[in-house]
Amino acid sequence: MPSFAPHTDEEIQQMLADLGMSSLQELYSSIPAALLRTEPLALPPDQSEIEVLEEFAAYGAQNAAVRSSLVNFAGGGAYDHDLSAAVRHLGSQSAFVTAYTPYQPEVAQGVLQALFEFQTIIARLFGLPIANASLYDGAASLVEAVNMAVGFTKERRILVSAGVHPSYREALGTFGAGTHLLLETIDLCDDDSTCFPSADEETEVPRAGAVIVGYPNYFGAIEDLAAARAMADRRGALLIVVADPVALGLLRSPGEFGADIVVGEGQSLGIPLSFGGPYLGLFAAKSEYVRLMPGRLVGETLDQEGRRAFVTTLRTREQDIRREKATSNVCTNQTLMAIQAAIHMSWLGKRGFQMLARRNYDGAHYLAQQLAGIGLAASTTHFFREFTVHTPISATELQHRMLAHGFLAGLVPPGHDDRLVVVVTEARRRVEIDGFVDAMAKELR
Amino acid sequence: MRFSSTSAPGGRASSAPLVGDAEEPTIFELSAPSRRSFSLRETDVPAMDLGPIEAWLRDEPVELPEVSERDLVAHFTRLASRNYSVDLGAYPLGSCTMKYNPKFADQVAAIDGLTNVHPATPPEAIQGWLRLFHELERYVCEITGMAQATLQPPAGASGELTGLLIMRAYHASRGRTPRKVVIPDSAHGTNPASVSLAGFQAVTVPSGANGLVDLAKLRELVDDDTAGIMLTNPNTLGLFEEEIREILEVIHGVDGLAYYDGANLNAIVGVARPGDMGFDIVHSNLHKTFATPHGGGGPGAGPVAVVEHLADFLPGPLARSLDGGTSYTWMTPRRSIGRVHAFHGNSVVLARALAFMKYLGNEGMRTMSELAVLNANWLRARLADSFAVAYEQPCMHEFVVSAEALKAETGVRALDVAKALLDSGFHAPTVYFPLVVHEALMIEPTETESPQTLEAMASALENIVAMAHKDAAAVVSMPRNTPVRRLDEALAARRPILTEDQRLR
Repeated sequence: MPSFAPHTDEEIQQMLADLGMSSLQELYSSIPAALLRTEPLALPPDQSEIEVLEEFAAYGAQNAAVRSSLVNFAGGGAYDHDLSAAVRHLGSQSAFVTAYTPYQPEVAQGVLQALFEFQTIIARLFGLPIANASLYDGAASLVEAVNMAVGFTKERRILVSAGVHPSYREALGTFGAGTHLLLETIDLCDDDSTCFPSADEETEVPRAGAVIVGYPNYFGAIEDLAAARAMADRRGALLIVVADPVALGLLRSPGEFGADIVVGEGQSLGIPLSFGGPYLGLFAAKSEYVRLMPGRLVGETLDQEGRRAFVTTLRTREQDIRREKATSNVCTNQTLMAIQAAIHMSWLGKRGFQMLARRNYDGAHYLAQQLAGIGLAASTTHFFREFTVHTPISATELQHRMLAHGFLAGLVPPGHDDRLVVVVTEARRRVEIDGFVDAMAKELR
Repeated sequence: MRFSSTSAPGGRASSAPLVGDAEEPTIFELSAPSRRSFSLRETDVPAMDLGPIEAWLRDEPVELPEVSERDLVAHFTRLASRNYSVDLGAYPLGSCTMKYNPKFADQVAAIDGLTNVHPATPPEAIQGWLRLFHELERYVCEITGMAQATLQPPAGASGELTGLLIMRAYHASRGRTPRKVVIPDSAHGTNPASVSLAGFQAVTVPSGANGLVDLAKLRELVDDDTAGIMLTNPNTLGLFEEEIREILEVIHGVDGLAYYDGANLNAIVGVARPGDMGFDIVHSNLHKTFATPHGGGGPGAGPVAVVEHLADFLPGPLARSLDGGTSYTWMTPRRSIGRVHAFHGNSVVLARALAFMKYLGNEGMRTMSELAVLNANWLRARLADSFAVAYEQPCMHEFVVSAEALKAETGVRALDVAKALLDSGFHAPTVYFPLVVHEALMIEPTETESPQTLEAMASALENIVAMAHKDAAAVVSMPRNTPVRRLDEALAARRPILTEDQRLR
């Protein structure tokens, strides 16, 4: 029987004999007979590994991958970046891939130190003193940030900008059903940025747990975080910023603007597109919230010989100890992706990351200029690498037609079939951008 | 009988680095101004005016490391050598199912048409992914005895919360708002936390002397305010809940729903199904039972499968065909609770798990579970002279022993046994869980360890017990051969240093 169990038939018989049993079925004597299956599962029999690989290659052949099949201009939390050979190699080392949560720090210093380095990189990027060792994805990080804000302020009213990623907002609604969140939307202005009310317009406003904005937001607009901070302060609320980490290669960090919690999707930091997962939830906060932080935290300490060593710390916050009093049920995180991000960000380094961010900016602004030339002016005024255009025909139809030209032409925001959100990364060459604009011009002629 | 332990591929692995036991500098300490690894392509895009974003421009670049690629590779290679893993040796961490992760699945994960696909690609251009998802859903439902499933939850705990929100939506659809969810005292810590986050109150049902749910106590607890129950079966003590049907009848009697925590599914694949037991909602930890690598603590995948009358509440979208399988598209159930992931879940992990299922096939998956249970029972019997077994009946895929007697006689605790085992080249079992057993050591060998490896592990544990009686101080001083020795965890918590900059302050 195919299996990764090493037992020979003789060994199985010997082990059963040691237990005073004559068949494997006897191992299940504690299961009531009525529950024991007599028929095999209605699933196909085993296959060799080459057959399985060929079957999965066939699945792959029915998908349009970026680069090999499509030139990609879609982002929305999932970006087509060039990946370093170093991250591909080092991130797939089996000591990282096949370990588990570092419960025994004496034999887990590799994972622990890599996570400490990751936490440092994310904290510096977001401009806040502490970061955790990751959560599932950007949406999960936002949900956990809101739970933390509610735990801190005891207020369930949450103000969410309409510019926050629609899937993240949906997830917030899903999980908010259990935590009784009162979600209110802050609308966008014509330039795709959040329309923050002025202090004069808000003399008496109810208290709130959090104000949430993107930076830049889903439509590409770079938000006025000072205005967001002021809006939060008038409500006694925490400011939660959902940041695109790559934008912070050029932009001031949300921490500089006084954000309490900064979350984001870390896929851009060295993770393949992977059809949406596994990705990397980023989470950083001010120091005063350290004992409310969700997820794992790695801290530095000493071993009994006085050597520097790393360990999962402040675990009394966690569900395995606090159980029903816990404010988070997160157990695993995305450690492997966090290690890969630490490797990739170290490969890019201080100057490489800055240069990469600049190339994203240049590419997007060049594309915006060219699209304006064919009558598709960006509605987004202040943007980094992603921006929105209003389409004269159905955006879904346009996206469909562009596939035939070999382009993934951006995202159609849910409920806005007259808009496309497009992105340019450092992977897009001028010739590809020009080709994209030519094809768009043909379809819109 | 004793198996020879001289050739135990899963044991005797050295967890110490090749040379030396000095500290590894951090990547920041290896940094020197203007050193570099990166190289970026020439895009031919002209430099554009930064004027539109001038108000937001940062003054200084982010302080990232500046290292050569050679130093970068050396650093992360040395870090990898300071970490234990399944590829290195046996990992009997109870409740975590640390089985061998087959290498061909790594190749599945690397297929261009799977790994380089944008999640927002229109359905016409992702027919392969939609088919793969639909096929995995069929496998998960057949294995668990359910009707339909969402693949979105990226981990077991996320699956728990998803399932409980479905439970909540079900009751709401019937105009009810029951508040209580019953959980056994042996449950995983995530269960009560998930219950709270779903807006319910956790009510604990105690285990009887046999380690199983006390049915009489359960009957006393359950009333019209009971929304449902969360059970792991086999439970965290490695025991099958023999009265499962009666337990679930009590719950269904008040229109409650039964949630199956699939953490321990590795014991019963192809042997028994949660659906046949009467469960309504089931999550499966694909990273446990179906061998996707744990990645140092994630990524996982925790699909949630439900009976037909709950399918309308599943998170959307789901991969569905409207033309009998010719093509697939995304469909969101009518009364969906909404998304639980930004995209489609941990897609590449899902692909790996399906590849594993297809490799083993229907009978291979049953053999997998049978041998996991055989290994656990054999090791449990083999250790009976060294440790008190917590419960007498045959175990499933894992078992719990107690070091309480050893502690009373020698002062050596479960924790010390675990640390000492590291010195023998094995990962430690889970300790101090479940909470209902004092000085618990929870051991899950999995099916992929050979009898020789089990023998070596048993001998190592026997030696530790013998040494405890002879020289307890020597055991308490272990481990000695690992890259670092026992850590000052209180220091880490008292004055948290969570980043390089907090150390420098």
